Order: sequence, then structure tokens, then C-alpha cells
Amino acid sequence: MEHREQQQHQDEVHVVSYGRYFLIWLGLVALTGMTVAFAGINLGNWIIITAMTIASIKTLLVVNVFMHLKYEDRIFRIFVLVAMAILLIFIVFTFFDYAFR
Amino acid sequence: MATSVVLAEAPEPDFYHAATKHKGILSWILTTDHKRIGILYLVTMLVFFFTAVVLGVLMRLEMLTPGKTIMEPQTYNTFFTLHGIMMIFLVIIPGLPAVFGNFMMPIMIGAKDVFFPRLNLFSWWLFVAGGLLALVSVFLPGGAADTGWTFYVPYSVRTTTNVLPALMAAFILGFSSILTGLNFVTTIHRMRAPGMSWFKMPLFVWSLYATAWVQILATPIIGITLLLVAIERLFGVGIFDPTMGGDPVLYQHLFWIYSHPAVYIIILPGLGVVSEILPVFARRTIFGYKFIAFSSLAIAFVGSLVWAHHMFTVGMSNTGMFVFSLLTFLVSIPSAIKVFNWIATLYKGSIELEVPMLFILAFIVQFCIGGFTGLILGTLAINIHVQDTYFVVGHFHYVMFGGTGYGLFAALHYWYPKMFGKMYRKTPAVVSWFLLTIGFNLLYFPFFLLGYFGMPRRYYDYLPEFQTYHQISTVGSWILFAGLVIMFVNLVVSLWHGKRATANPWGGETLEWKVPSPPPLENFHDIPVVTTGPYDYSKYERVVQEAK
Amino acid sequence: MTSHAAAVAHGHAHRDDVGTKLGMWLFLFTELILFGGMFIIYAVYRFSYPTEFRLAATELDTLVGTVNTIILLTSSLTVAMSITAIQEGKKWLSFVLVAITIALALAFLVNKYFEWGHKIAVGLYPRSPELLSRPAGEILYFGLYYVMTGLHALHVIIGAVILAVMMVFLAKGTINKHSYVRLEVGALYWHLVDIIWIFLFPLFYLLQ
Repeated sequence: MEHREQQQHQDEVHVVSYGRYFLIWLGLVALTGMTVAFAGINLGNWIIITAMTIASIKTLLVVNVFMHLKYEDRIFRIFVLVAMAILLIFIVFTFFDYAFR
Repeated sequence: MATSVVLAEAPEPDFYHAATKHKGILSWILTTDHKRIGILYLVTMLVFFFTAVVLGVLMRLEMLTPGKTIMEPQTYNTFFTLHGIMMIFLVIIPGLPAVFGNFMMPIMIGAKDVFFPRLNLFSWWLFVAGGLLALVSVFLPGGAADTGWTFYVPYSVRTTTNVLPALMAAFILGFSSILTGLNFVTTIHRMRAPGMSWFKMPLFVWSLYATAWVQILATPIIGITLLLVAIERLFGVGIFDPTMGGDPVLYQHLFWIYSHPAVYIIILPGLGVVSEILPVFARRTIFGYKFIAFSSLAIAFVGSLVWAHHMFTVGMSNTGMFVFSLLTFLVSIPSAIKVFNWIATLYKGSIELEVPMLFILAFIVQFCIGGFTGLILGTLAINIHVQDTYFVVGHFHYVMFGGTGYGLFAALHYWYPKMFGKMYRKTPAVVSWFLLTIGFNLLYFPFFLLGYFGMPRRYYDYLPEFQTYHQISTVGSWILFAGLVIMFVNLVVSLWHGKRATANPWGGETLEWKVPSPPPLENFHDIPVVTTGPYDYSKYERVVQEAK
Repeated sequence: MTSHAAAVAHGHAHRDDVGTKLGMWLFLFTELILFGGMFIIYAVYRFSYPTEFRLAATELDTLVGTVNTIILLTSSLTVAMSITAIQEGKKWLSFVLVAITIALALAFLVNKYFEWGHKIAVGLYPRSPELLSRPAGEILYFGLYYVMTGLHALHVIIGAVILAVMMVFLAKGTINKHSYVRLEVGALYWHLVDIIWIFLFPLFYLLQ
């Protein structure tokens, strides 16, 4: 079963075009500009969420296209979600202590 | 199951005698054969194990009387530090995965090796490097670290002992653990034999899989945390320093974010060994295979959510304490599910009290004691009284030694014929089991009483009212030590004088018993095609029914 | 050496590139969580000292930070393109793209060097009298700044070395149109280095 799957994937090679990469790069640069622009406005504590959201979107672009996650087997995505969930849990649970002291 | 032919005298040489690229000692330390790497781990691990055992025996000698018995207080502090570092990072975390995971897992899934054989070798080199660094740190000027294996700040930053090499050693060992975990997850996903679906895998493999995930996701946290302590010592950055606004409790959070999941790295393979060995010596299919498989994953996951139960007395928020206590209770559920399934497997089974089974049965009892006392510790109101007392020390020795340690001994005796092609002599093994078990319980059960009555842990001196318990415990340590010596002498002597082992002396149904003892270099002549599950004892069940 | 390992080394039919990439992703998780630990510390201290963190952030040069961000994003672009190039069999285009990636990495490091140099020159470094005279939150901020950007810079160096090795493989033909998983894996590492910076940048330079 595993051997047959392997043969299949050897044949399906997904090539991402230079153009698509370039477009993603443009998006990343634009988002960077947005983050810097937002930082100039006085948003109080909302700036953290805004900046982190934009950073997350940038990360999604890098992960899905540059790192090919969008084109890989589904198992890769499951792995990534598990890892991110664990990191999130570590942060949130630490705050169960700090946020309520 | 697989139908690969097993010949009494296989024409292929076993892996010890197969042609290798290098000769002599190099054929071992430069090997990429998972079986040799497993044995390399076994040998080096046992060196560290016995060193740490001797430290433990000497500590118990010191505790025979209040005040000084055989060593100075500073020495005692370095002893329990080194004992902890060695036992945890060099013995019980690598333990089952590095030795038996490496040797058996690829064979159990019908593969010829792990996915990254050279990375596997590198993992072992890192293991040896870390171990040597830890040992060397004892002899450098400044003396061995005296912080306890937990390296709590601020003391670990201020003490002038050799904390830095110890931190580096732990960091390197963490890397070794990560790479092994990474290797195992990839191997299990990509190299299972045709027909071996996830739910036909042996339960030991499931436990290794769950363990490997924890190794990958939790270990980096200890990496960064120890790195920060090192940076603190070298550059005084102030991240955990209260005088600069830092919070020592934050260090504890980070430390335990790894070190709690670490104890699940420790116990999960042990639980897997029980699930693996029990059906063979009960001659019954394991009860509740899927429940046991999923409970391994559940323990790995929920076990990552409970770390702050090590910190109930440091001043956390009530909300935090409540959440972590609740989750600590919840994590016991999947463990209990395993125990119930094991008992159900034993019920109406045809029990054979072979040596591996003896260790497994003791494991179950001792693991339960350890587990219950864990729940006691997780109860907030009780924790205030027993935190940092001998109660904790009793608890973790019951699960880590009485649990995983026994799992290691069981695995050693179970897979011994497969690994070495010989049978050990049964009588000394049984004697060693008796001595071990009596000694173990005499040594550690009094700890619960000591802790309950207020004896703090890591204390060199104590009030006279505690002495009787300490004396019983120390005598227990001698009996335990005798048991260990007999056990290992027997295993070593049997390498030369034991009877030749057949391919399947126990009547196991998993793939490793279908290949010769010891296996040939590439495990299988042809990769098997798997059609049945791993504990198919239905033929025995039919016999039992007809006899009625 | 087992047949699988031999097959992987010599690019035979039983080579499993998907498995190799899977292994690399697992390694990336460990790097993610290594930095994640530092992000936990940052989050806790930011929560505890919000004003001092915002104040201290004004000491950093937003322009340098932004430029460095663009540099890394571009380097991710070039290394991603190098894979397309080798998939098309364009060995030397791929080689040049990886070389540009490394050049950008070096530019990043040069910027960092001057940034740190400037901070140290004005007396803002661990245990400096100037830093110790500041409020606790600011001491922590700069402590985190040095450790996190320092650790990140170390990974930039490691990534650059990995990519340099890939350049050698490309030149020798070890990485070619039919066997380029090593380049993919090296690129994956590089992208992670970029992603970490994507988060570091706003956290240190922009939250003022």
C-alpha cells in the first residue's frame, strides 16, 4: 500500500510558477506595509491583535505557497495544525496563571 | 499473519555476522542498522543506569541516620542532582524507545530499518556526548551541579557549581530525543508493510508513536529554557531575575511545560510494553485494542495540559490552579482505561507466569499505586501538605521505576531471545524479580508515609522521628540492588551460556517473532504482506471452548 | 546500509521524497516551539509591563526593521523560485537564485550587526549601567530583544550554511531535475527562519 502511494507521488510533481511566487511576494510586501501603517495609528491595545493577525496572514501565505503546504498530502496539514494547537495551548494555559493573579 | 518463511537454520547470517562496511568496533559505532543502534543504546544506557543506581544506593546510605552518615551536605546535593539528571535524561526518557523502539519497531511494522538510518546513528552519538558531558561536569573545577535535576532559578543562576555543562548535556540529550521522535513518526507513517493498516499495528508501536509526538513537540521547550538559564549565567540578561523584573515562576512554567509531558514520554512506552506482552502470556487477544491505541494518543495530548500541577505552592492564580488540578484528574482516565483493558484481557486467559509476565503484573500494581498517589498529589488541598516532601519522591519512583523501569526489565526478558539468539536462565531471573519487587516496595513505600508525616525531599538531615522509615527504605535499597545485580549477571552470563533461542519461544503473533533469532541484517527476506491483527490468539480460544 | 537508505542516497525508485519532507516538517515544528517558548516569555512580560514595553520599543529603528523584513521576504521568494528552476532543469538559474538568497541573508546579518552595534554604543546591553538604571519592564524588553533576535540571527546563519551546501549539490548535479528533495528541505528551513522574523518584527519594532 505504502509502496504504491510512493510511486504515484513520484509521478505527480507540482510546479509552482515564478509568477505565482512573485504575486505572493507582492502580497507579503503589501501586508508588511499595512502593519507598519497601522503601527503609526494609535490603536491602544488593539495594535497587538492587528499586528499578530497580519503576521498570521503573512505566515499562511509563506506556509501554503512558498512552503508548498497547499500542494502536499493532507497529512502535512494535519501535522501543522497539531503543532500550532500545542503551541497555542502552551501560551493560553500559561495565561491561566498570569491573567488571573 | 505474514507468511514469510522462517527456517530453523536460515541461510542468511544474523545481523551480528552480516557483512558490514566497517570492521570491528567501527562496525558498531558507525552502523546505521537499527538493531545495532538499539544495542548500542542498551549498553551505554546500562552504564549510566548503574552509575545512577550506585548514586542512589549511596544516598540511601547517607539517609540511614540523621545528620552526616557518609558524606557532606554539599556532596549529597550533587548526588541527588546527578542521580536525577542521569536517570531521567540518560535512562528513562531514552530507555524503551531508544533500545526497543529502535530494535523492534521497524521489524514489528514489516520494515527493513527506520526512515532516517544515519539520523538514528547521530541520535546515539548525541546521547553518548550528552552522557559524557554530564559525567565530566562532576570532575571539572567547581564540582558537580547541586541544583537538583530541575535547575530552578534563581539558585541555578547563582551557584558556582558546574551547572553550565549539565545544562549543555541536557540540551544535547534533548536533541537526541527529538531526532529519535522525528525518525519514529516518519517511519511509522511511511514504512508500514503492505496490509498493515494503523489498526493492525502492535500496541507497542502505537505507544511509540504517541511518545514520538511528545518528544518532538515538548522537548524544544526544555531546550530553550535551559539555554536561557545558560545565557543568564553567562550574560545576566535578567529574564528570570526578580531584581530586573523577571519571574522565577515563569521559569518553572517553561520547565514543566516540557518536563511534565516528559514523564509521559517515560511511561507511554512502558504502557505499550504491557499491552504487548500481556496477550502473549494470557494467550488471549488484547481486550479493547482501539481503546488502548487511542488512550495512548489521549495521554500524550492531555498530558501536555497539566504541567502546572508541579507548581501548586508557588503562588499561581486560583483559576490556574483549578484548571490544572481538574486536567490532572482527567489525564488519569485514559490510563485507567488501559488498566481495565489489561485486566479484562487476563480474565479467562491462559496465564503463563514467564519472567516477562511477572514484571508486567508487578508493573500493573505498582503503576496503579503510582497513579493513585499522583491523583492525591493533584488534589489542591492535599498538595499543600505533601508538595516537596518524600510523598512526591515515592509517587514518581513508583510510576517511573515501578512502572517504566519494570517495563524495561520486562522488555529485556521478553525480547532477549530475539535480540541475542539465546534464552536466559529462568531461575535466577525469577529470583531477581522477587528481590527486586520486595526491595523496591520496601524502599519506596515508606516514602509515602515519610512525606505524609512531613519529611521534606532533598533534605540531607531530618528529625529523629523519621529514622525508622529511612532505615526500612535503605534496607530495601540493598535488596533491590541485589536483585538488579542478579538480574543483569544472569542476562550477561546467558549471552554465552544460555540455550539457543528459536524464532518464537513465547508464541507471539507479532512480526518480530516471524524472523529468526537474532534477525538477519535486513530483517525480512521479503517484506511481508499483513492480513491479520497483532494478537490473533483465536486458535487458542477455539481450543478452550471445545475442551468445555 | 539498508536498501532503503541506499535507495534514498542513490535516488532509486523506492526513494520516498514525501517521507523526507515529512521528517523535515517535524523538525521545523521543533524550531517553531523552540522560539515559541520565547514568545511565551515575551507575552507574559508584555502583559506584565505594557507601558515599559511600548516605551522601550521606541528605541528601535523601525526603518531598519522594515528593510530587514523585506530582505527576508525577498529571500524566501528567491529560494522558492530556485525550486521551480530546478524542476524545470535549469541548474544554473537555480544556483544563482540560491546564491541571491544567501546574499540577502548576509545583508540581513549586516543590518543586524549595525543595529546591535548602535545599541551597544549607546549603552543598551545586558547588565549595562544605562540599562540597569531603567525600569524593570525595559530591562526585560531589551533582554528579550537580544536573546530573540540573537537566536534568530543564529538560525539565519545556519540557514545560510545549509543553502550554501545546497549550492554545492546543485553545482555537482547531486540536486537535479529528478532529485531535488534536498533543496526543498533546505528551502523549508529557510522559510521558517523568515516566518519567525515575520512575528519578531511587529513584536519588537511596531508595538509602540
